Amino acid sequence: MSAPLLKIRDIRIEGRADEEWLPIIRGVSLDLNKGEVLGLIGESGAGKSTLGLAAMGYTRDGCRITGGSVEFDGTDLVQAPADVKRGLLGRRIAYVAQSAAASFNPAHRILDQCVEAPVVHGVMSRREAEAEAMELYRRLRLPDPEVIGFRYPHQVSGGQLQRAMTAMAMACKPDLIIFDEPTTSLDVTTQIEVLAAIRDIVEQFGTAAIYITHDLAVVAQMADRIKVLLRGEEVEEADTRTMLAAPREEYTKSLWAVRSFQRPPKPAVAGGQAPLIALRNITAAYGKAPVLHDVSFDIHAGRTVAVVGESGSGKSTAARVITGLLPPSRGEVLFEGEALPASYKGRSRDQLRQIQMIYQMADTALNPSRTIGEIIGRPVQFYLGLTGQEKRRRVEELLEQIELDPGEYFNRLPGELSGGQKQRVGIARALAAEPRFIICDEVTSALDQLVAEGILKLLARLQDELGLAYMFITHDLATVRAIADEVVVMKEGRVVEAGGKDEMFRPPHHPYTDLLLSSVPEMDPDWLSRLLARRAEGEIRHQGADGV
Amino acid sequence: MASMGRMIAQRLLLGLLTLFVVSILIFLAVNALPGDFAQAILGQSATPEAVEAIRRGLGLDQPLVTRYFQWLWRLLHGDLGVSFAQANFAAYVGSASSAEAITVADQIAPRFRNTLFLAGVTAAIAVPLSVSLGILAALYRGSIFDRGVNIAALTAISSPEFFLAYILILFLGVLNPVLPSLSNIYEGMSFGERLLKTLLPALTLTLVVTAHMMRMTRAAIINLLASPYIEMARLKGMSPLRVIVRHALPNALAPIINVIAINLAYLVTGVVVVEVVFVYPGIGQLFVDSVKIRDIPVVQACCLVFAAAYILMNLLADILSILSNPRLRHPK
Amino acid sequence: MSIRAGILIALVAMGAASLGLRAIGRRLWPESPYWRDMPLGVAFGYVLAAAGFALAVKLYFIDRIVFFRWAMNGLIAFSIAAWIFRALGRRIGPGWSRKLFRQMPLTASFGILTVLAYAFTAIFAGWLAPYGQAEIFDAVNVLPGTDPAHPLGTDQIGRDILTRLIYGAQNTVGIAFATTLIAFFTGGSLGFLAATIGGWLDQLLSRGIDVLMAIPALIFALLLMTIASAWAGSERWMLTLYMVLIIALIDATRVFRLARAVAGNIVVMDYFEAAKLRGERLPYLIFREILPNATAPLLAEFGLRFCFVFLTIAALSFLGIGIQPPLADWGTMVKDLAQFINFAAFSPLTAALPLMAAGAIALLTVAVNFIVDWMLQKSSGLKE
Repeated sequence: MSAPLLKIRDIRIEGRADEEWLPIIRGVSLDLNKGEVLGLIGESGAGKSTLGLAAMGYTRDGCRITGGSVEFDGTDLVQAPADVKRGLLGRRIAYVAQSAAASFNPAHRILDQCVEAPVVHGVMSRREAEAEAMELYRRLRLPDPEVIGFRYPHQVSGGQLQRAMTAMAMACKPDLIIFDEPTTSLDVTTQIEVLAAIRDIVEQFGTAAIYITHDLAVVAQMADRIKVLLRGEEVEEADTRTMLAAPREEYTKSLWAVRSFQRPPKPAVAGGQAPLIALRNITAAYGKAPVLHDVSFDIHAGRTVAVVGESGSGKSTAARVITGLLPPSRGEVLFEGEALPASYKGRSRDQLRQIQMIYQMADTALNPSRTIGEIIGRPVQFYLGLTGQEKRRRVEELLEQIELDPGEYFNRLPGELSGGQKQRVGIARALAAEPRFIICDEVTSALDQLVAEGILKLLARLQDELGLAYMFITHDLATVRAIADEVVVMKEGRVVEAGGKDEMFRPPHHPYTDLLLSSVPEMDPDWLSRLLARRAEGEIRHQGADGV
Repeated sequence: MASMGRMIAQRLLLGLLTLFVVSILIFLAVNALPGDFAQAILGQSATPEAVEAIRRGLGLDQPLVTRYFQWLWRLLHGDLGVSFAQANFAAYVGSASSAEAITVADQIAPRFRNTLFLAGVTAAIAVPLSVSLGILAALYRGSIFDRGVNIAALTAISSPEFFLAYILILFLGVLNPVLPSLSNIYEGMSFGERLLKTLLPALTLTLVVTAHMMRMTRAAIINLLASPYIEMARLKGMSPLRVIVRHALPNALAPIINVIAINLAYLVTGVVVVEVVFVYPGIGQLFVDSVKIRDIPVVQACCLVFAAAYILMNLLADILSILSNPRLRHPK
Repeated sequence: MSIRAGILIALVAMGAASLGLRAIGRRLWPESPYWRDMPLGVAFGYVLAAAGFALAVKLYFIDRIVFFRWAMNGLIAFSIAAWIFRALGRRIGPGWSRKLFRQMPLTASFGILTVLAYAFTAIFAGWLAPYGQAEIFDAVNVLPGTDPAHPLGTDQIGRDILTRLIYGAQNTVGIAFATTLIAFFTGGSLGFLAATIGGWLDQLLSRGIDVLMAIPALIFALLLMTIASAWAGSERWMLTLYMVLIIALIDATRVFRLARAVAGNIVVMDYFEAAKLRGERLPYLIFREILPNATAPLLAEFGLRFCFVFLTIAALSFLGIGIQPPLADWGTMVKDLAQFINFAAFSPLTAALPLMAAGAIALLTVAVNFIVDWMLQKSSGLKE
């Protein structure tokens, strides 16, 4: 076998926090051959992106390489002079970032940015580069490849922009491309197309690639080999199929196991039982832009209703209508059969208490300048009138309920907690009001899978203990499978389908539900090829999923 | 394009409206003066006839709203009235008609030209200097050069203008008399001589505005350096200079244009102190003198001229930053 | 023409020197990536700095411009004092303040030291000053250094200049501080209210303030002062009071803008929404949810505002319509002593008098700005 294209040996990287340097990568080595795709997976903070950038000899501001070597085709990028490195970057090594919308310069046309590297590096003339870029757009199945380059980044949708960025990386026909979570910010149905386009073009040109992601199912489709990282260290590395079938390390096994969590099904709702919350023909708009059209569904006491849909489907708006933040233009929200005042301002303290909310971003959901004890204590005092020792005891009880040690966390500030812990505090704040209904708005989507699983289990346990009803807003069907009793599928502000979870996951489906379901990546490495073949045969009617 | 045209039209309209409201404000402020003003300016010893003459001459016997619209109407025709000092003089001389006296417009026009000249000279030095210094500081951020420029700029911004002015006078006017420290400018001067006399006040102003503009330029560029698209440009192997000039600068245009416009507005309106120090015959000095002797028509007119210039510059900044935004220039 | 040619030759020489510098650096440390990757601009910068330093040293020893030597001496003395102050701060005091001092750049410790010195002078002015601020002596226009009873001499009407400089700290700084407090209280609370309540109140306040801000600050102040002077008549302390109110009003508009923008960022946060949905009343929302999270930008703004108010008051006084005698004040002193600057060649100390008063103003604003700059850098998390 010839020498590997990229040879990283015991690379060590530190990052600056306040006044000290903390290790981010603690000595990782990897080899990558020509034309090979290596998947890097790990949770946030594992150092995947830092390692990916280090493979280009690049560190972000506030980071530094303290040891090891990155040898690309015989050149050590750690030691190489800046101009030698610049000569390689963009020409022989390219990068595809997570957010295409942020990584394209808003001031220039897409085409100008795509031809910049080949022209500045002197690989092609501008005319050749333009023709080449259009050819790449065609191969990446971008609509109107002749004209799309003349648009500005903000005029193109996210999925298309991500493919245009892949074209930009491909412009000089590099030997190596680093893909840094290229589909994470896309909706599932859009993700499929981008994945397929990337996989095809990498195969066509025989480009080697490092594919960074936190999504196991995605990496299973893209990579030949997988390397698992944990806190800057390698856990294990193996061929994709071996890794999926038989992971060796405990940590890897736990990652794999996450997707199998499912709470036991509950018996069906007894007929004639009145719903706890009912939306009746809700139509709502932000200003003049209509968001919800005639939406109705029920939520029964002690049960979980998952509201599913892609971004812009109106699922969060439904939550805002229930809480009274957005009074509907038509329709009403019933609580135990009684209509609630449309605006939260008109609701009584007890009505407000009954409906609580848990937010997606725990960072912005907790006041950063108040301690955990104050944050949880406030609703206890506000709704239940407890003060002094009583209040403190109740807060400690709640902290125990969410599995945080009261002695340790009572006086901490949110900034000192991890993402999962913050989300638990958010749950405790909702519980402190002793509500009967809690809206969970994408509560796990900002969390790592293991942490998210812990949150889901906690929510399930609390529901059993306290008889809470949940409205679970999510775009992730795995979460739905794990926790829901009933499912409501929304698209463009309308309810497409609603019913029990089992019916929903069993065919026949509504076409849109089907599209959603089939787009969720599976752990099987052949899933993408099979799906594409099936769609090509027209078994599934593809309906313009690449929305703007 | 339609939306951009509408936005610009909106700004223009808003600017006009603001100007209108400001004119009311200025008019009302002046009319909030206590007592009979004709009496006040002539002093206690004035004869009733003289007071009456002035009152009629100035139209002070009319109701407030009428007076405002009369004032506005005349204003729109370029008639800013007659200064009290002139009217006073006319009354004492005994000439009933104030038409022979020099009007406020006559007083202001040449001085406003002088102020514009000073502002122009300053801008010609300061704008290119500050933008290139800002780019250099951003390029070599964290270096000794950057820190040195930063400390110097901060010092210049924080110092009162008269401090900088006297320092310059001390070194360039008194100890090494290379530049005149009094700017006695008059009509019919040659351009070169005029420039020489303007140089010291212009240098003082340059110090103040360059520091501010340079800091803002640097900050605007550095703000952008953390954006993913700048990282992308670096990862495409682009040189640091190209990253800044081609990738950061076009996106930093709006804040940079804004700060330039604000500083130009400042040059036209904030020159008061510098003009007084150098006895530069600009509108600022006239304004201060009129404030001291409470010559209301002149104060009013100067205020209006200043406000109009200020609003105009801000309007210009607004419109230019709309034009520099690709999202607005190329709607979906 | 010879000047132009000289500059050109100097530039070329410096360019050559910087090329040489880089070449020597590469020869001496062939392994060091610092010299290898050095752009020409950086090398040129070093040469320029060296040239500047050489020039400064040369100027330092020219007697005719003794002012430059004084300024340099002052600068070096202040830097040393700031360095010692920071070194002490790093060793003495509780953990948090020591940590603060460890992160502090020299400019910020210089700023803090200076502000403390001003505060001390302002508070103990009556005790520090040799005479009362309104005391008038028979000896008029005493030159500095000639009479031991008046180390800095007396002015045209026989007031001791040293005394008035010291009292200036109390009056000028004190009045500016009070004005800033008023501006902050009104502007800040209105800004928070506008952001929290929103709707028509926000529209009304914001549009009104837009109009007020369309008039340049100093011009507006002068206009209002004209009217105030008519209202005050011969009561001079009333005019000072009016000035405080006028400047507070003008600056409150700027504070309003900032407070509203800061609060506007907070009211869209989820934790604010949670508190709103809990049914919390306005005072709780403002004092518990917004205020604690707005302190950092507001504190920085307080520093900047103070500088601005301070400079405006000094400018008004300099123009003769600010703080009124008998109160001693630096702006007025600069105006009164300005003509002494022409004596620079004969009596440097005399010429330095107006510069001392102006420098006292400059030094404080520079110091506050240094602190604010550091705070802003810290809170924005910019490591660069």
